[in-house]
Amino acid sequence: MGISHLSILGANPDVEVVGVCDTSKMVNDFLSRYGKFNCFTEYKKMLDETNPDAVFVAVPTKFHYSIIKDLLNRRLHIFAEKPFCLTSVQGEELVALAASQGVINQVGYHNKFIGTFKEVKRIVNSGALGTIHHFVGESYGPVVTKPQQATWRSDPAEGGGCLLDYASHVIDLINDTLAPVSSVKGSVLDSIYSVNVEDAVYSLLELSNKVKGVLSVNWSDETYRKMSTTITIAGTKGKIISDASELKVYLKDSGSLPGYVSGWNVKNITDLTEPVNFNLRGEEYTGQVDYFINAVAGKVPNTINTFQSAWFTDKAIELIKSNSK
Amino acid sequence: MMERVLFGDNQFFAVNHISDEKSRAQSIKFKEDSAIMKTLDDARSVGINTFMCTTHDRIVNICEIIRNNPEKYKDFTIYPCMPYAHKYANAVTELGITGTIKQYVPGNFFGSLFKGGVAFLSKDYLSIMELLVDAEMKMFKNINTPVIFLQNVITDLLLGLRADEVLIAFYHYVKKKYNAEAGFITMNMPKLLDVLENGGIENPIICSSINKAGFRMSGGNEVYEEVLKTRKLRAIAMQVLAGGAIHPKDAIEYVCKLPNIESILFGASSKGNIESTYNYIHQFDNEIKA
Repeated sequence: MGISHLSILGANPDVEVVGVCDTSKMVNDFLSRYGKFNCFTEYKKMLDETNPDAVFVAVPTKFHYSIIKDLLNRRLHIFAEKPFCLTSVQGEELVALAASQGVINQVGYHNKFIGTFKEVKRIVNSGALGTIHHFVGESYGPVVTKPQQATWRSDPAEGGGCLLDYASHVIDLINDTLAPVSSVKGSVLDSIYSVNVEDAVYSLLELSNKVKGVLSVNWSDETYRKMSTTITIAGTKGKIISDASELKVYLKDSGSLPGYVSGWNVKNITDLTEPVNFNLRGEEYTGQVDYFINAVAGKVPNTINTFQSAWFTDKAIELIKSNSK
Repeated sequence: MMERVLFGDNQFFAVNHISDEKSRAQSIKFKEDSAIMKTLDDARSVGINTFMCTTHDRIVNICEIIRNNPEKYKDFTIYPCMPYAHKYANAVTELGITGTIKQYVPGNFFGSLFKGGVAFLSKDYLSIMELLVDAEMKMFKNINTPVIFLQNVITDLLLGLRADEVLIAFYHYVKKKYNAEAGFITMNMPKLLDVLENGGIENPIICSSINKAGFRMSGGNEVYEEVLKTRKLRAIAMQVLAGGAIHPKDAIEYVCKLPNIESILFGASSKGNIESTYNYIHQFDNEIKA
């Protein structure tokens, strides 16, 4: 993700990229030669020499806690990749520190910047679905489709596995759209090809508002071309089924939601996408970066994908893990 | 000169920008290579002889069928679009950037490079680019490929990283090695045109989303329309239907009436849809001529 964030930042006329830190010589030489970026291999040296306003942290999750803590102590605005931290204790400390330091903080759960999922949240908040009684959050894709050689993604201590990778996106979407996960009624973490980590997560969740639902995630499903996330929400007055491209809304009553009729309504991402000034593989990636930059500039509130909201997701991941043991 | 209408491949590989359900249905429909060939033959029968396709593994078989029927496909042209990004994206997830390049760059090129702390030179990166292009082009041996495209994922990544030289080097390499014109697919057409012009490429072939809804047009319709009216480029309009958001007739009328659009790219699964889109394009082209 780091290289893609850098490209988006490089194309943003409001941003000056003062330094880039990577451990790969090949990457650094490329970036300094062609993009004239000022490259470093040691992030503390980069911070000391370049004195940035804000920092993007796209490193393996196990390094998040120590690096983000250091950045917070330097009072820098932070955009971190997901998931936030490996334990809820670490995350709790960073949430508090970010608040006391008064810095802008955001985590890269990009689904929140996809038009269909934004509309799902708006509809849920409007009350048009009546009393919500069930949800299903699903995500499938072809990441691990054969026995793997070892990388950090196959090491649970380093933040590998389907739960921290794929499932975190779905949990985060449920937390934000409905209410944070408060307890886990049952969980299965299944290894299909991986030796040390799970390739699938199946879980029965309860949210803080007592709504119960199902999480079903599998990153070893080669019938999908790429990651595909779907959320289904059922209420007494209607139902939503949405993925990143298509939103389907069923309403019992007409007039309960402007722009929607009774029965089925279908809207596509083309109707729900706000244009961006630079597009690298999808508006949502620029959307989240622009939102962060605007928050740092004081143009928008720092309310989407905060450390606090990402912490709720870390907490849910922890609950699922301990429940599955 | 490119053909006015180019046939795309999204429908064959379950790429559907407005519905995951439709993409699954397409994936089932085009499970067999013969189904792909039948649709290509449908497109040829209405007069579309250029197939613009990504370097997906399944295109290997399609090329084989075309090579084995030289008489039937003697007027048929393919515009390869490389790379098939998901192949590399999945590899990067698994192996990292260096590991992926090691896996996909053929030969022992990396043996010498990774020894010692020697700095990477510009020619090293360009050699990697050339080797990757060659690897992707293998499947098109003996097939007419007069235009070779760089996919938007790579074009736009390099654009944001300001690696303009690599884009320019791609242009010169495909010209030298394959006697082909380079094309660039992008979601950021105005910005890319600036970069290519600054790099000395005149009148470049640029394929980008151009549609009445302004979908995937960075900066919006007006910026694109201004570029088409005032600048020099060979534009290909893709996603003209904006994934189905606009009625086909209105969608095509909008694109046909814009200046400077040399070709329109679209894909469809059924002969009926191929015919109707093709006919709309000719209808509006003729109206404008008259």
